[in-house]
Amino acid sequence: MTTPIVEMKNIEKHFGSVIALAGVSFSVMPGEVHCLLGDNGAGKSTFIKTMSGVHKPSKGEIVVDGQKQVFESPRDAMNAGIATVHQDLAMIPLMSITRNFWLGREPVKKFGPISYFDHKYANEVTMEEMSKMGINLREPDQAVGTLSGGERQTVAISRAVYFGAKVLILDEPTSALGVRQTSNVLSTMDKVRKKGVGVVFISHNVRHAMAVGDRFTVLNRGQTLGTAKKGEITAEELQDLMAGGQELASLEASLGGTV
Amino acid sequence: MSDLAVESADERVKNVSLISRLMKRPELGAIAGLALVTIFFLFTADPKMFTLAGILNFMTPAAQLGILAIGAALLMIGGEFDLSVGSMVAFTGLIFGAAMVTFDLPLYAAIIVTFMAAAAMGAINGQIVIRTGLPSFIVTLAFLFILRGLSLVGLKAATGGSTQLRGIRAEFEGSWLADFFSGEAFTPFFYWLAEAGWVDTFKSGKPKVDGIPVDILWFGLLALLATWVLLRSPFGSWIFAAGGDSNAASNSGVPVRKVKMYLFMFTACCAALVAILTVMDAGSTDARRGFQKEFEAIIAAVIGGCLLTGGYGSAIGAFFGSIIFGMVLIGLSYTNIDQDWYLVFLGSMLLIAVLFNNMIRKRVTGER
Repeated sequence: MTTPIVEMKNIEKHFGSVIALAGVSFSVMPGEVHCLLGDNGAGKSTFIKTMSGVHKPSKGEIVVDGQKQVFESPRDAMNAGIATVHQDLAMIPLMSITRNFWLGREPVKKFGPISYFDHKYANEVTMEEMSKMGINLREPDQAVGTLSGGERQTVAISRAVYFGAKVLILDEPTSALGVRQTSNVLSTMDKVRKKGVGVVFISHNVRHAMAVGDRFTVLNRGQTLGTAKKGEITAEELQDLMAGGQELASLEASLGGTV
Repeated sequence: MSDLAVESADERVKNVSLISRLMKRPELGAIAGLALVTIFFLFTADPKMFTLAGILNFMTPAAQLGILAIGAALLMIGGEFDLSVGSMVAFTGLIFGAAMVTFDLPLYAAIIVTFMAAAAMGAINGQIVIRTGLPSFIVTLAFLFILRGLSLVGLKAATGGSTQLRGIRAEFEGSWLADFFSGEAFTPFFYWLAEAGWVDTFKSGKPKVDGIPVDILWFGLLALLATWVLLRSPFGSWIFAAGGDSNAASNSGVPVRKVKMYLFMFTACCAALVAILTVMDAGSTDARRGFQKEFEAIIAAVIGGCLLTGGYGSAIGAFFGSIIFGMVLIGLSYTNIDQDWYLVFLGSMLLIAVLFNNMIRKRVTGER
């Protein structure tokens, strides 16, 4: 068995007297999509913020490639190869796709003492990376604002992968998208997985998770309710786990099985 | 497979018409405006306006405004305003004048001191805006008054009660550096042209135009430099990003605070450059120097395609916007039209430009 890229062991996080995470264990293998499911307030956001270096865990340890790590800032996590694609994307709508793709890491060419932004190379790479993800750009200098929400997600994801992310954390990438765009993002995740990148897919939509997930971990009230492999669990069971079983079952009965 | 993808992408490039490509350029409005204004004056103004002498006549005020407008444009693209640039011209004019007359510094030292003072004031503006998170509009509005007041108080202290400091010309007479900041450039070239009979001459054989005012050269140089930075350097991308969405920019690793800081300092230094140029030209400095120039500079930047919300615009647009200004300001005196229409024009131009920019922005981002 291969070693996980990232392993989170018994992570606890307390905010004052509030226990947001009460011992969560979670691992990501190379080339898998590991879904992290949970209802609102289950601790998903706190957990991924711990993983991406925003919060420091109160207890527990983070192991990257077999080595224990302490992240002081998101930059440390990024350097360790953990990239996060946030709900509010790190994309600037008025800027071109190329400029967004390379933002903060612009390729430069030297002309004597002057170094300048190598647009030709940047455009070529952007076009190529985007077409690998199945998006054929009309022109790489079109503004990101002209792209659909799903396409923007794809730009953000392919940017993270291009710059060497080993683990990609996607925070509810499908929550604001339509049906078609959602399937685009899901297929992007599949392509990323095939490159050997570990994907952490946060969602509260069981159907989206079932469509791409290799493993599923359900969080509830700051605790893991267990991790299941694909095929070991049905969508209904996952749904029940997320909502805390009983209540939803009775609700579902009154709604005629539509939830 | 990838060949195929590139090919199909290329095919679609051809579908984008030249016009819709041009429509997306921020400076389009300014160029169209300049064309309109030129046509207007071609019909209404004395033909002298478009002789070489006439053109230099309106390009000089355009250049003085334009240097400020280019600074203002970069800062606006970076998402901030500086309402203190007009007062900054007066303040740095005082520093420059006092350095030479009161403290008897040589020209090069006075210029260094002036730029350093400007950069320091810009840095203070920037630090306050960045650290407090207050809108730059308010912070620099405060400095509009503070700097204007300091200029008045300082001038009175330096001159013993007057608000005008004279006798600056005598201080730099004969300095080799003076040629870079005052007078005309390429004078021998123009004499050569006159001898060859290619430009208009006086009866004595002296050319009517004996050089290009250095202000215009500085203006052109800055416009080119700023455009290069915006379009061809990584720092340019950071400016657009800082103004477009500062959160997203810093998430991507752009040093947003540093970028904004440099922009405030650059804008202040543009004001200092205008102060040095105009003070050396006039030989004196006074407290009303640069009065209301902050508004004109911002208007020129907006005409040039800068969005008030930041993240979009162009330096070359501000360049053309400033030329429109100079053309109308001076051009009206070549016509029978009352000069005071200038203000009406100024306001209308701003309004049209904002409406136009709004439309362009929607086009760029694909909003309908």
